[in-house]
Amino acid sequence: MEVTDEVLVDLHRRMVRIRHFEEAAGRLAEESRLPGFLHLYVGEEAVAAGVCAALTDEDQISSTHRGHGHLVAKGGDFNRMMAELMAKETGYCKGRGGSMHICDLDLGMLGANGIVGGGVPIAVGAGFANKYKGNGAVSVVFFGDGASNIGAFHEAANMAAALHLPVVFVCENNEYGEYTPRDQTMAITDVVDRAVGYGMPGVIVDGMDAVAVFEAASEAVARARAGDGPSFVEAKTYRFYNHHGVQVLGMKYRSDEELAEWRTRDPIDLLEARLAAAGVLDADGAAAVHAEVAAAIEAAIAFAEQSPDPDPSELFNDVYTIAGGGA
Amino acid sequence: MAATETETRTLAYGAAFNEALRQMMREDESIFVAGEDVGAAGGVFGAFVGLQDEFGPMRSVDTPISEQAIVGLGIGAAVAGLRPVVDLMFMDFILVAMDQIANQAAKLKYMFGGKATLPLTITTSGGAGLSAAAQHSQSLEAMLCHVPGLKVVMPGTPYDAKGLMVACLRDDNPTVFVKNKRLLGKKGPVPEELYEVPIGVANVVRPGDAVTVVSYGRMVDESLKAADRLAGEGVECEVIDLRTVQPLDIDTVVASARRTNRIVVVHEAVRFGGLGAEIAAQVQEEAFDYLDAPVGRVAAPFTPVPFSPVLEAEYVPNAGRIATGIRQTLGLAEPPG
Repeated sequence: MEVTDEVLVDLHRRMVRIRHFEEAAGRLAEESRLPGFLHLYVGEEAVAAGVCAALTDEDQISSTHRGHGHLVAKGGDFNRMMAELMAKETGYCKGRGGSMHICDLDLGMLGANGIVGGGVPIAVGAGFANKYKGNGAVSVVFFGDGASNIGAFHEAANMAAALHLPVVFVCENNEYGEYTPRDQTMAITDVVDRAVGYGMPGVIVDGMDAVAVFEAASEAVARARAGDGPSFVEAKTYRFYNHHGVQVLGMKYRSDEELAEWRTRDPIDLLEARLAAAGVLDADGAAAVHAEVAAAIEAAIAFAEQSPDPDPSELFNDVYTIAGGGA
Repeated sequence: MAATETETRTLAYGAAFNEALRQMMREDESIFVAGEDVGAAGGVFGAFVGLQDEFGPMRSVDTPISEQAIVGLGIGAAVAGLRPVVDLMFMDFILVAMDQIANQAAKLKYMFGGKATLPLTITTSGGAGLSAAAQHSQSLEAMLCHVPGLKVVMPGTPYDAKGLMVACLRDDNPTVFVKNKRLLGKKGPVPEELYEVPIGVANVVRPGDAVTVVSYGRMVDESLKAADRLAGEGVECEVIDLRTVQPLDIDTVVASARRTNRIVVVHEAVRFGGLGAEIAAQVQEEAFDYLDAPVGRVAAPFTPVPFSPVLEAEYVPNAGRIATGIRQTLGLAEPPG
C-alpha cells in the first residue's frame, strides 16, 4: 500500500490512541482502580499501528500479554476496553477476561493471551480457515522475542509454511523476555533468522518507525493475500514501562540510560516530526488529535466506572459446565 | 428405533467412527479433519480411511507432527467459523498439546465473555492392551475431565462410536472423542442412517438388582463378562456404560445405586484420582443412606503402563479382577478353583 498523507495521519492517530489508553491504564493501576495484571504497550505503538493500518476489518490478528495496543490499533472501542480492564459487565469480555484476554472477534482481534506464544497456533488456524474459505483474508500473529523460544511458536510457524497459509508473523522484539535480556535467552541477534528455518521470507524493520512498519507489513500482507504463503517481519522496538505495571527507573535488569536512549526515539515524536516537516500535520494539528483522544479516554473511564459489575449469578454462563458449577 | 436388530447392519467400531465423520462431512462443508497421517494414509488405525479421496486434501489435512499446532489450527479455524476435527494419534500425545487444549480451547469462550464459539472435536485413541508401553497406552480422561469447558466421550460400542461422534461434530463446545484402540475392530449393530447419541447420557446395558457396576470404554465389555460369571453364582449385576465421562450422568448412577445399594466403578485408568474417585464421592453425597458397602473401585494400579505382555495383563483390569472386586463389595467369597 502506498504511503499517502492519509496513511500518515491514520498511523499517527492509531499511535496516539494507544498511547493515551495505555497511559490512562497505567495511571488507574497506580491508583489501584484496576484489578489484576497490567502489561503496557507504551513505546511499541508503531508496530501495532503500522501493521493494523495495512489490514482490513476482515483480517484477523492474534495478540500477546501486551495486547491493548493491538486491539486499539485494530479499531477497538475505548469504552468497552476500559470497562473490561475494570472488570465490568459492559467490557469486551463481560469482565471474564480482563487485560490479558481482551478481544473483539467482530474486529478480527482473536484475543490477547495469558500464555506466552499461546496465540500463535490459533492465528495460524484462522489463516487456515481463510484459505479454506478462499475469502482472501489474512491473519497476523503478534508475538515477542520471548515467545519465539516457545515450542508452540515453532510448531505453528512451520505448520503455516508447510500448509502455505496466508499468515504474517510479526515479532515485536523489545529485547527483553519479561525481565531477562534477549542475549541471555537466544544465541542469535535477529529473531528473523529463524524464518529461514521455516522457509519463509523475513525482514527486519525499525519498530519505532510506523511508516517503515506499515511498508513492511503491507508487503507481507500482499504476499499472503496473493496466495504466496506466510512471511516474517521482525520489528526492533522497546517498551518504555516495565514488563508488568508502570515502574520504570531503578530496575536492575535494564539501565536507566538504555531507557533514556530509546526514549529519544519515541515513535510518536518521530512521526510527528515527519508529519510537520512534510506539512501534513503541524504541532497544533497533532495537539488537537491528542486532545480529542484524551477526551475520549476520560469519557471511557467514566463509562467504565459507571458500568455494573458482572452479576454473580452469571458465574456459570458462557462455558460448558455442570449444573451449578458442580459445587 | 424402527429397525430391529436383525435388520441392522453390523459394522466395526473404527468403521462406525469413520462413517459418522464421512456422513457429517457430506452434510456440512465446514467440517474438516487435520492431524498426523489422517489424510493420504487414512490414519495409523485406519479411522480416517477414504476421507481424503472423497473430500480432498483441504478437508483431510496431513499436518506436521506438531500437536500444539494441530490443536491450535483447530481452535483458530473454529473461532473463524469452521467445525474442525483435529486428531492426536495417541491419547498420550494430548499431554504435548495440553496448553492449547486446557488453557486455550476450554477457556476461550468464557474468557471472551461468550463471544467465541468453539465447535472443535479433538479425536484420539486411548487405552492399553497392545504392548505399546507407557507412552502409547494411557487412559488420561481424568485430566481432561478436570478442566471446565471440555466434554469428553469414551464410547464402548460401535453404535455409540458413530452416534457420539455425530453428537461431538454438532456440539458448539470443544469435545474430546476417545476411541479405545482395542475396540477398533469390535463389531456391532450400526444403523446406516445418521443418528446421534446424546452427550452425557449413560446406558444401562444390563439390568440387575444386586450391585451396580459403572464403567466406560473397553471396560464395559469386561464388566459384562464379569456380570455373566456372577450370574452363574446367582448374583445379578446392573452394568452401566457411562459413554460420556464429562458430563457425567451421575443421576443414572445414583438411581441405580439407590436400588442395588452397592456400587463398583471400573476403569482402565489408574485408580488414584480416577473417575472412580469422583463417582464414589458423588454417590456418597447423593445416596449415602442407601449404601450397604463402601463404593468399590477396580482400576489400573498406580504405575506406568508396562510393555511386557505378561506385565500388561497384570496391569489392565479384566473380567476376573472385576468379578473379584464385585464379590468384595458384596461380601462374597471367591468361588472355589
